[in-house]
Amino acid sequence: MEQFFQQLTNGLAVGGIYALIALGYTMVYGVLKLINFAHGDLFTYGGYLGLTLLTSFLLQDRMGVMAGIGILTVMVMGLVGVMGVVLERAAYRPLREAPRLSAVVSALGASIFLQNALMLIYGAQFQTYPEGLLPQTAVSLGGIQIPLIRILVVLASIVMMAALYLFVQKTKIGTAVRAAAIDQGAARLMGIDVNKVVSLVFLIGPALGGSAGLLVGLYYGRVDFTMGWVYGMKAFTAAILGGIGNIPGAMVGGLLLGVIEALGAAYLSIAWKDAFAFCVLILILIVRPTGLLGERVAEKV
Amino acid sequence: MSKKLLAGYAVVAAALLAAPHLLDSYWLDVLNSVGLYALLALSLNLILGDAGLFNMGHAAFYAVGAYTGAIVSTRFELPILYAVPLAAVTAAIFAAVVARPVIHLRGDYLLIVTIGMGEIVRIALVNDVFGLTGGANGIFGIPRPVLFGHKIRKPEEFLYLIWGFVAATVFLFHRLEQSRFGRALNYLREDPVAAEGSGVNTARYKLMAFVLGAAWAGMAGSIYAAKMTIISPESFSFWESVVLFLIVILGGSGSIPGVLLGAALVVGLPEIFRGFATARMLVFGLVMMVMMVVRRQGLLPLRRMRFKPSDLKRAEAARAAQAPAEVAR
Repeated sequence: MEQFFQQLTNGLAVGGIYALIALGYTMVYGVLKLINFAHGDLFTYGGYLGLTLLTSFLLQDRMGVMAGIGILTVMVMGLVGVMGVVLERAAYRPLREAPRLSAVVSALGASIFLQNALMLIYGAQFQTYPEGLLPQTAVSLGGIQIPLIRILVVLASIVMMAALYLFVQKTKIGTAVRAAAIDQGAARLMGIDVNKVVSLVFLIGPALGGSAGLLVGLYYGRVDFTMGWVYGMKAFTAAILGGIGNIPGAMVGGLLLGVIEALGAAYLSIAWKDAFAFCVLILILIVRPTGLLGERVAEKV
Repeated sequence: MSKKLLAGYAVVAAALLAAPHLLDSYWLDVLNSVGLYALLALSLNLILGDAGLFNMGHAAFYAVGAYTGAIVSTRFELPILYAVPLAAVTAAIFAAVVARPVIHLRGDYLLIVTIGMGEIVRIALVNDVFGLTGGANGIFGIPRPVLFGHKIRKPEEFLYLIWGFVAATVFLFHRLEQSRFGRALNYLREDPVAAEGSGVNTARYKLMAFVLGAAWAGMAGSIYAAKMTIISPESFSFWESVVLFLIVILGGSGSIPGVLLGAALVVGLPEIFRGFATARMLVFGLVMMVMMVVRRQGLLPLRRMRFKPSDLKRAEAARAAQAPAEVAR
């Protein structure tokens, strides 16, 4: 039972990270009907930028751990968000009216470009975050020990998801995003600048993905230039699991996938851990292509 | 097949026949790689180019063929060339089983599912499924192919073997394009709804394209195993599927000469720029993005039959000329 709860909390922490990345996929898909393959790589940039900013400005020494990490998060989110906007301008906007396949290939090209640029800058070795950044304490909860970092990751992801949800549901700009997701043409007729909405989506999605990269760096203590592919695919699975295009769906899907994976690794087989997400993905698309909270996606023909 | 195309093939064939006298064994090996990738990309072109199905897990079919060839030739001592048809059949059966439930999915969902399928196959190979695949180390000591009692081992001998397969495939697929099956696939790609409406059983043809493409990839896989004598799961990663996808798209989706050119460029060019090994992938990604913006139909696009406005006028004139006769009747 103790192992079950340990794995459950671990799964929730990893799931929170998946959910943060999944939000970027789901928002872009909702508005543009495009799978942004480069999103996983923007996530990796978040992890690397966090490391660079942390070590070059010595944030944690200057202003204490928590304030340092807070400022770091804001900086990483801002930078990765801007990268997302630039990416959309360069690689996707010229293809807005083109066949679907062109945008998919362009997205793959962007992913290869971003990944290799990172490798050229930092080298092929993985990079490690400074040790002892966060206090190594654990919180005792009903007999089980939960490391502080795990709670921090879950809390941070929940706070960011809640903020995004409120933004999209309660603000005027959020309403514009939802309108563009339902029908771009109609939204344009209502006076919504769809290009601005798309830019906004490419600012917010990558910013959240970048913060997830930073959380991975803090959680595991290391980042790897190829990690965007695995996390990206799992986050995309999470987005489909919850129903793509649906923001609460991405949150639920991410948390659920993290838990499934952690429990599967513990009770079934650790060697097959990475295959679980793909099996789940295929099963959902066969059995319930709309996901848990989503709209219909399968074609009749 | 147009005369121009025929002349092009003749030039390429002559160049390949002359290659062993002009190139050293390193460059002959590069040519062999180009040939293998051409074979694989032609098989993917059936699925992606002709039927318009986004398959980004093609390396899985390639892997099934390669492992079939390797297992039967090392464990059951069947000559590897006999294993070629067996590998094709195994890959085809595998494709029929995995593609059946997902074939109806919309374009980019099919893309994601095939990526997932490719990864599951790779992870299964790493985990030594059935105890036959040798885990992460793979299978080694695959015997060289024997043809008419002669053991094939030199690069120039492989050149004839591999490019012989490519030539046969090119001929066969050009015939296939003109057949009822090929035309049905083209309708399917251009407009699935109209194809269904004009009596094409789309689900069946999609599945047939998948199975045939997989069989060809399996065949190429067993030739790859014979050439390398070692195979491991790394050879069938997601990256391989991406490379094949790119060859088809950059060369010209649905166009056989385009796919051949794509294979030569995507596999051959990086060898020429080997000195810039670290930066070439960066350039590769950039080229993909620029290419989609500038020339998304590929380098040698498929020539489609199109009605020009003048054709329409001529048809109307012809109908007008016939009209009085019809009224009289």
